Amino acid sequence: MDRPGNFHILTVLVENKFGVLARVSGLFSRRGYNIFSLAVSPTEDERFSRMTVVVDGDSAPIEQITKQLNKLIPVVKVTELAASEAVERELMLATVKASAEFRSQVTELASIFEAKILDVGFESMTLMVAGTPDTLDAITDLLTPFGVVELQRTGRIALPKLARRPARRLRAVKNKTA
Amino acid sequence: MKLTGAQALIKSLEMEGVEVMFGLPGGAILPVYDPLIDSSIRHILVRHEQGAGHMAEGYAHATGRPGVAMVTSGPAATNIVTPLADAYMDSVPLVVITGQVPYAAIGTDAFQECDTTGITMPITKHNWLVTDASEIPDTIREAFHVATTGRPGPVLVDFPKDVATQMMDWYWPESVDLPGYKPNTKGHTKQIKDAARLMGESERPVLYVGGGILKARAAETLRELAELTGIHVVTTLMARGAFPDDHPLCLGMPGMHGNYTAITAMQKADLLIALGSRFDDRVTGKVGAFAPDAKIIHVDVDPAELGKVRRPDVPIVGDCRVVIEELVKAVKADRTKRTWPDTSVWDAQLDTWRREFPLKYTQEVDGPLKAQYCIEQLRDLSPEDTIVASGVGQHQMFASQYWHFNHPYTWINSGGLGTMGFAVPAAIGAKVGMPERTVWAIDGDGCFQMTAQELVTASAERIPVKIAILNNAYLGMVRQWQELFYEERYSEVYLSPDLPDYVKWAEAMGCVAFRVDTMADVGPTIEKANAIDDRPVVIDFRVDYHEKVYPMVAAGSSNDDVILGPEFDEPGAIQ
Repeated sequence: MDRPGNFHILTVLVENKFGVLARVSGLFSRRGYNIFSLAVSPTEDERFSRMTVVVDGDSAPIEQITKQLNKLIPVVKVTELAASEAVERELMLATVKASAEFRSQVTELASIFEAKILDVGFESMTLMVAGTPDTLDAITDLLTPFGVVELQRTGRIALPKLARRPARRLRAVKNKTA
Repeated sequence: MKLTGAQALIKSLEMEGVEVMFGLPGGAILPVYDPLIDSSIRHILVRHEQGAGHMAEGYAHATGRPGVAMVTSGPAATNIVTPLADAYMDSVPLVVITGQVPYAAIGTDAFQECDTTGITMPITKHNWLVTDASEIPDTIREAFHVATTGRPGPVLVDFPKDVATQMMDWYWPESVDLPGYKPNTKGHTKQIKDAARLMGESERPVLYVGGGILKARAAETLRELAELTGIHVVTTLMARGAFPDDHPLCLGMPGMHGNYTAITAMQKADLLIALGSRFDDRVTGKVGAFAPDAKIIHVDVDPAELGKVRRPDVPIVGDCRVVIEELVKAVKADRTKRTWPDTSVWDAQLDTWRREFPLKYTQEVDGPLKAQYCIEQLRDLSPEDTIVASGVGQHQMFASQYWHFNHPYTWINSGGLGTMGFAVPAAIGAKVGMPERTVWAIDGDGCFQMTAQELVTASAERIPVKIAILNNAYLGMVRQWQELFYEERYSEVYLSPDLPDYVKWAEAMGCVAFRVDTMADVGPTIEKANAIDDRPVVIDFRVDYHEKVYPMVAAGSSNDDVILGPEFDEPGAIQ
């Protein structure tokens, strides 16, 4: 998969309320901001959800995107995570052609990438692999010659790397707006 | 105390200090209209839901208090979409309550159902769908808080019919719990100091003042800053009246139809101090060519406005009044340390431009009536603190140019969205909020036809507004553009001067009505209209359709290319 150069990871802490996903996605579409991926999940505190949004910094200045996000009332905090300062993972499910002749090769590839085999049919098998987006790109490339029947990725989720020395690891966007 | 949801809603509105609301009942909101009979709140029954929304806006513009409108579900909710979008663009505090089908019926395509919160999401500051009667006081409290704080704006509360009949235990919340909403009103001290320092280095500064000054109720402190520093002020379309037009430091309106001096002062400035303004395209012209030598100080309560169009050298997030008060102190402190530059060359330059390129038109005694003349007569024959509402188009620009706005909150118009038909209902709302003041709507014939039915509301409710229709029988601004930019190919702009017959129409709606064709009749008729205070008045001024609004900066052009128009010797661009 082609990975565009100018992407930014935003983690957006939102109130866990009716319609909040529509508010965030609607903001992106009406202001012309592009999303590469978006993952939403509950957090450790049931009042809040966390969205991990990978946005195209070429479609609008990232500062303007974060400011507009902050204007949404249910958005509590927007943080930009630099890729080098974040732990990020993504999950992928892929159904690959794997007749008896090729099955062992696909299995071997799966074990190299620590993928799990979730399902096996006569002509194909379904793998699950978790990793960095780059890892998923790599295994996708290697599986392609066998014939990928279906493939789905979750979009990345990310948390800041833990500080082992005093460092600027978060760039919180301040001045929560009106 | 046990209350029904409907009672709790009305009681919550009373707790918020609501004195008047504008609305029209219907199926889904019916239960809420019952307890309204026993309420202290005055309800004004409109003839179309759009009217309710614009009246609430006019009320809010004139009084500074949030306007409240209540309508039913489905088509009523979609009819109030335009006022919501209008209020969102112009940052008007509005609380709109819409009925909704019963909660269980939502999503079933029920009669008069529409996805009101979905439709209004992009044009409200926030909206709520009430799901249980126990949420009502909290929600209404939050709604008023969000609408009136930070950058003001419209909010909507969608209210399912069954919630209105549900019982709840009454309470009134002490405070609101919105973890994601904490507007920053106090500017950053260091930034304010930097701003004062920049002002003290500038030789050609201009205060570029927008509607945020009025929203922050900062007109007085703005005046203090201007007089302290001697810096000239331009007031945008949304800020007319925020600084008195008769003040020697006032340059008037900049922008597409601003006056030459205001446009050019900004263009040649070395410092723009933007206060509650947002670098709108109608002000900047071609952004890349706008005020090329100017450094920018930008003060706004909405951080997203800072750097949205033009990157400021000194961004300050905060409420205009709070920030300007601090800025006044910082300027005084800065001046004790050093002498500020002499700006007399710049001041003289501004005076020269004012003298050479004033607003100009010609009214011949026997010639066709000019819209500008009618406005000047209205201005001179009406009380000094008259509130003026306008629609959108040529008449709006003439009104903004030729009226002398010497007081804040005397000018009410649709700036951002440009909503034709705004004037009549907005004037009614303003008059309801300010019953002691004279309220004139200056309207076009095209605009008037869009919302004129609200004069029935005004007559029925005894709201004596006055309407001046500048009737040129055309969609005048469109005609102007077709004349100038489409080779005089007039496409679908002719309306006719006497279809409808505005006098008969106004009389049918319970108004006193006059028609004026000649210059001699203008003054006496206005005086007659001003003497009437028990019912609405409409004057049909038959004005010259050839008249165009000048100066003009063509769309997409640089503000260096001001077209002064035929009143000046050299029509065309002046460098």
